Amino acid sequence: MAETVKLLGTKGSPYSHRAEVALRLKEVNFEFLHEDLAHKSDMLLRYNPIHKKIPVLVHEEKSIVESLIVVEYVHEAFNGYAILPSDPYERAMARFWARYIDEKVIPAFWMSCWTDGEMQKGFIGQAKEALTILESQLKGKKFFGGDSIGFVDLAAGMVAFWFGILQEVAGISLLNEEDYPVLCRWADDYCSVEAVKESLLDRKLLVAHFASKKEKIFATKAPVYD
Amino acid sequence: MASEKGVMLLDFWVSPFGQRARIALAEKGVQYEYKEENLTEKSELLLKANPVHKKIPVLIHDGKPVCESLIIVEYIDEVWSDKATLMPSAPYQRAQARFWADFIDKKVYDCGSRLWKLKGEEQQAAKKEMIDILQLLEAQLGDKKYFGGDSFGFVDVAFVPFTSWFYSYETCANFSVEGVAPKIAQWAKRCMERESVAKTLSDPKKVYEFVCFLKKKFGVE
Repeated sequence: MAETVKLLGTKGSPYSHRAEVALRLKEVNFEFLHEDLAHKSDMLLRYNPIHKKIPVLVHEEKSIVESLIVVEYVHEAFNGYAILPSDPYERAMARFWARYIDEKVIPAFWMSCWTDGEMQKGFIGQAKEALTILESQLKGKKFFGGDSIGFVDLAAGMVAFWFGILQEVAGISLLNEEDYPVLCRWADDYCSVEAVKESLLDRKLLVAHFASKKEKIFATKAPVYD
Repeated sequence: MASEKGVMLLDFWVSPFGQRARIALAEKGVQYEYKEENLTEKSELLLKANPVHKKIPVLIHDGKPVCESLIIVEYIDEVWSDKATLMPSAPYQRAQARFWADFIDKKVYDCGSRLWKLKGEEQQAAKKEMIDILQLLEAQLGDKKYFGGDSFGFVDVAFVPFTSWFYSYETCANFSVEGVAPKIAQWAKRCMERESVAKTLSDPKKVYEFVCFLKKKFGVE
């Protein structure tokens, strides 16, 4: 019987992106079910009753949620491409940096875009520090994963593609070539990888989407990814 | 850090996050050096081992540091894989284990802190949230001996250190864990029968003294 793999997600979400790229790297046949986050489907609520969020991976009727957990699952459940390193210490480091991206890099950058005044200055300071620390982890490698993309690269997908879009809409310049030449070079290389290219929406569409939602996001600070 | 052979844990006595690492090491029978950190005056070693977060616990294995408690526990499980396996072997069960450990990470400590930091309506809201969290975890435990099934596993390690904080939560917010989640209370007693847990967890009364000290420090009545 053929394996049935479904991914509930949205093209606009960097978290859904992580799961999608993982599946493409493993060359898994999957069905992408686009969720309207303003009207969540019964399927989503059934498969992720606790958090009610995307992405949700459904594999043989069992659901896996939380984007980084989904990526680790895809790495372990399917043969082929190695998304995580084989060495336990390197694996611990990969998990550490993925978590750092989620807990420090993304929140500081996000809040830098959607606040103003003194508060914004504070967040920009935090974001710059976090980006500097993240950039230093590239240490002369093409990707965080080495010669090919890995767990940390997928976690940082938002940095590679979404950050440029968000800062353009917000009218700030945080992640730029002058301040972060290595990280910007990595971003271009990451977005050029086939599995990544296939997962990304047209940049213009995403800019238009965030521009249209700008006021709402500024008021609530909550992301609107679809 | 010198590349010395051996295992060292930088920790703080009452930290439930540090206790996760201690329990995992004890389950595996790993010999290690325990170093108590003064969190108001962090050591050079801690600042060097965890420059990004400057937090405990940090496991230093043959001179290489591993940070973040759940990452440390998975690392311990993978390196000392010959004994007391904590993570399940099948990918789906592993994803489930990671999900619940992540849930515990995101919810329990934060909500627990609000129980003793806040008063009045805000505290009542935190209390309702904590009861919901405990009941959700109880539903997940079901009639199993441990969250890991018949064997003590990753989720048990992630959650059990918080059981010594139950007395503080109950006293500050006026409720009973046994009353709202009896299976969780029984599970906690069962875990205390394990040497690794009994020797690691702080005395609940001492935890409460520590919470009272924090309350004074933060100016909470």
